[in-house]
Order: sequence, then C-alpha cells, then structure tokens
Amino acid sequence: MIKTVYPKGKIAAKTGNEVMAEAMRQIEPDVVAAYPITPATEIVQIFSQFVADGIVKSEYVAVESEHSAMSATIAASAAGARAMTGTSSQGLALMWEMLYIASGLRLPIVMAEVNRALSAPINIHGDQSDTMGARDSGWIQIYSENSQEAYDNMIQATKIAEKAKLPTLVTTDGFIISHCMEVVETYPDADVKAFVGEYKPERYLLDIKKPYTLGSIDLQDYYFEHRYQLAQAMKDSQNVILEVAKDFEKTFGRKYDMYEKYKLDDAELAIVVIGSTAGTAKVVVDALREKGVKAGLLKIRVYRPFPAEMIAKDLANVKAIAVMDRADSCSGTFAPVYSDVVAALYSAGFTVPKVVNYVYGLGGREINTEHITQVYDTLGKIASGKEKPFAGIEYINVRIK
Amino acid sequence: MSAKMIEVRWHGRGGQGAKTAALLFAEAVLATGKYIQAFPEYGPERMGAPVQSFNRISENPITIHSGVTNPNFVVILDPTLIESVAVTEGIGKEGKVIVNTSFPSQDIAKQLGIDASQVYVVNASQIAKETIGKDYPNTPLLGALVKVIGNLDINHVLEDTKAKLAVKFRHKPEVIEGNLSSIKRAYDEVKN
Repeated sequence: MIKTVYPKGKIAAKTGNEVMAEAMRQIEPDVVAAYPITPATEIVQIFSQFVADGIVKSEYVAVESEHSAMSATIAASAAGARAMTGTSSQGLALMWEMLYIASGLRLPIVMAEVNRALSAPINIHGDQSDTMGARDSGWIQIYSENSQEAYDNMIQATKIAEKAKLPTLVTTDGFIISHCMEVVETYPDADVKAFVGEYKPERYLLDIKKPYTLGSIDLQDYYFEHRYQLAQAMKDSQNVILEVAKDFEKTFGRKYDMYEKYKLDDAELAIVVIGSTAGTAKVVVDALREKGVKAGLLKIRVYRPFPAEMIAKDLANVKAIAVMDRADSCSGTFAPVYSDVVAALYSAGFTVPKVVNYVYGLGGREINTEHITQVYDTLGKIASGKEKPFAGIEYINVRIK
Repeated sequence: MSAKMIEVRWHGRGGQGAKTAALLFAEAVLATGKYIQAFPEYGPERMGAPVQSFNRISENPITIHSGVTNPNFVVILDPTLIESVAVTEGIGKEGKVIVNTSFPSQDIAKQLGIDASQVYVVNASQIAKETIGKDYPNTPLLGALVKVIGNLDINHVLEDTKAKLAVKFRHKPEVIEGNLSSIKRAYDEVKN
C-alpha cells in the first residue's frame, strides 16, 4: 500500500479539479461566487454540488459572467467574508479589470485557476497564457506540478492571502493535471480547518463600529503611495509564503518553497520551467544523470512575487540554462519567465550562465521526454562552446515552415 | 520509459465508456497499492466518434505528464475502430492488444497486421449483455486487462470496484452484482 506522509492522511485517486474542489470544501469559505460553466472548469461545478447537498455552509453565488464572479467575490471579501472563486482561460480574461481592483483594495481572495489557452483560434487545452497575462495584476501566483501540489497550495493560499492581504491564485495545467486522475493524499477536514484557522479581517465594510471607506477616488495626491504599498506588500509576501510553507511542513509533512530545486546544486545544465512539465523533465534529468550528464531543474512554484535574488544565487554556477515558457508574450523578444530569470541573474551580477529561451506547449501541444532531452542536448553544446547560445525564442514541436 | 512503468491506451467511441474504464481501472489498481494515472484525450465530444484514454501504473510515484505514445497494452472497446484508427501505433513487438470481439485472435491479428501472440480476445459485449443487461463493454474489459497484465490481484480489483459501485448504485444492488460478475467472467474468458 502507498504510505501517507501525514499519519492521519488518506490516499485517494483524484483529478486536479476534484482535489482543488476538495480543498475548497474543507476550507469552507464564507462565500464562493462563480460562473460554473465553460470557460470555467469542473472545480466550481463540483463545489456547487457540495453546496446543493448541504455538505458546506458556504454562500454560493451563481453569477452571469466571470466579470461578475470577480465583482461578487470582491464585494464579499470587502464585506469581511472569506471569499473564493475559480476560473480558467477566457474566464480569467473577462475578470481582467476586477483583478486589479481586488489587489488594489488588498482583498485576500483565493482563486482556483486552471491554465488554459486564450482564443483565438478557439482552443480549450493547457497553456499558461491566461495567468501569465495577469502576472502584473498584483495577485500572488502559485503554480502546481501535480494534483498533490494543487491541493496543498490551495490550503496554503488561504493563509498566505490573509496574512499578506493580497489576492492569491493557485493554478494547475489545463487537462494535463486538471483532468488527470492520480494519487493524492488528503488530510482530515478538521486538520485542514485548524491549519487555515478562522478568518478575522482587521477591517471590513460591515464592521459598523469601525466604519471606513474602500475604493474611493485617489488622484495625484495618494494613488502612487497606494500602488507603492501594493508593490511592497507583494515583495514582503515572500516571507509570508515561506512562513506558511514552514507551518505546512510542520503540520502535514510536505515541504514547499518558492521554487523546487531538482538535482540543481551541482548541475552544469539546467531547465527552468513551471507546472506539470517539470515532472516530465525530472524523468529526463534522472536519465541524463545515469549517463553522467550533470543535468538539473528549477521548478518555479511561486511566480509572483518572483524570488529573483534566490533564483539568481541558485543558477549562478550553472553553465547553460534553458528557460521554458508555456506562454508567449508576443513582445518581439522574449517570453515572460525568461525575461524575469535573466533580469534576476544580471541584476545580481551573475553573467556566467548562458541563458536561452524556449516556448513550448501552446494550446496543449505535446511536450514529452524526447523534446526535453533535445533541450538538454543543446544546452550541452552551448556549455561546451560547440554552439553559440541562440538569440530570441526557439519554439519546441511547432511546424514553422 | 522506465522498465517498471506500465502504460495502457483505451480505444472506444464517444459514449462507450473508454474514459470511465480508464478511471475505474486506475482506482482499482490503486487499491492494489500501485501508483496510477488516468487521463482522457479530449477532442470534440460526440457520440460515436473515436476517443482514447490512457493509464500509467508504477511501483514508484509517477512524475511524467506527457501523452502515452508507446503503450504496453491497448484495449479496443469497439472492433470496428480497427479499420479506421491506428490502434497498434507505438506498441512495437512486445505490446499486447485486447479486443472486444467474437472472432478468434488469429483473425484479429491478421486484421491488425501483428503477430497472433500479441492479440487477446474476449466477447465483452456479450458478457455485458448477459451480466449487466446492456452492451457496456468497458466494465468486463477491466477484468480482461487485469488478466493480461498478469501481476495485479483480481480480488483487490473486485473488492474496490464493489465498494465504488456500492456507493453509486446503493438503490440498485442488482447492478453491482452484474458489473462484478462481468469483470470476473472477462477475467476468466479472455484468451490469446
């Protein structure tokens, strides 16, 4: 039998969507407002069934659009409720202007997000274009490699959001994780509830003893200070995220960090990647290590705030690095994660590693161990000087001509 | 692919339960203490259109999340798919194919263009009609797959499936018995 990490844990076969809904059931927020059909995923549909069955006491608001879903969640959070929502792809795009309002008002909303492609052309499959587009919206972004991480991240996100007073989204890769059934350990309801604790907002609109104004006009006189505070809060949230991870490890036994280092400490060649592809890349790293190739991996878990200083230190001695983006910023230059990683290295004064950028997997395009092996092969040639690092973006598994 | 990992591809038609079969199979194999994955190939969802779903089974945690391209086992719910879908793609010389058919394995092997030693047959539709009362070939094929894979305990699979169905069909216990005996019969009747 598969052993649990937490003595009171339970092993089950669940999809990414089921397990995120399960975390929401256990957290039992005061309010969930969502639009429970396409483009959203099963997560809020499963949760709405919990509500209908009377399993949770959460107030469920079925809204008419994703824009309204975020608006209602903001209102609930501002009123003093622990509020959550879930969406994906076009749904996140439709929430756009409200995302900035949630962060600007410093509301600790938690969102279960499934990474899927944006139209056009119409596509329902996995890539990270949706949340990458929201990377500057002032939301903490936590990505999951698999269902276990999605479950654990949802539980941690609730605490992180409330301590940092920042909205937080947790993602899985669409279909690859959201619809894949795999082995997950869940924890007892009471233990999850005890971990997230009761939500006691410092200030809230329905607190009639301490009335205050939220969302007022803020022109040249104060707007800048408030945006500065938001940026600082995002920076400071790194400590909150690490503290919560420590608490989580102490309670449930699983270790989390801003990112995961896989055989990176002595690596000469490394891939930086986010999400489920990290799991596939681990198989390649193991195979290369058996052949004596010093391959390693850095999997970003928390992309916002971006742990620039830590990442730069950990990559400083790698000879050749490939940053693999599952989104393209159509900037004419580089994709988002590459730009952040290179800026981190350069600003820390590390100019030794040669760093190249790949874009892969848009619209659910297959990325497998052969593709990743080729990336490491290229890195090997770059590290040994046989090949020059290529400029711009290389696209993996796409028909260009 | 590591030597210990087993990969399965299911071929069916929309509405036949290829996705459900992969999910049920994964849950049942988890009950035997192994790590599992089950995932469907999502395309346009239409009744009757060819669909695929996949399983991975391993003694160790499974981190790979790419598609299954070289399955060790292929299960074909609808034999008419043999004419229109590349059902043997990637199976090599070692891969085994289980087909829901009333024809002997030699005939199917000829049709598939592979060696007869790689082909297993079971009349899952017939078994389903006799045990469940309807042509649901996915449930009996679970039993056939367990037999052909070889190192899985059919009793664990039956117990787990019984527990799952007991929750789902608590008002229709006769459905549970039919499903279980369909698994058991296909396990006994599948042949090379």
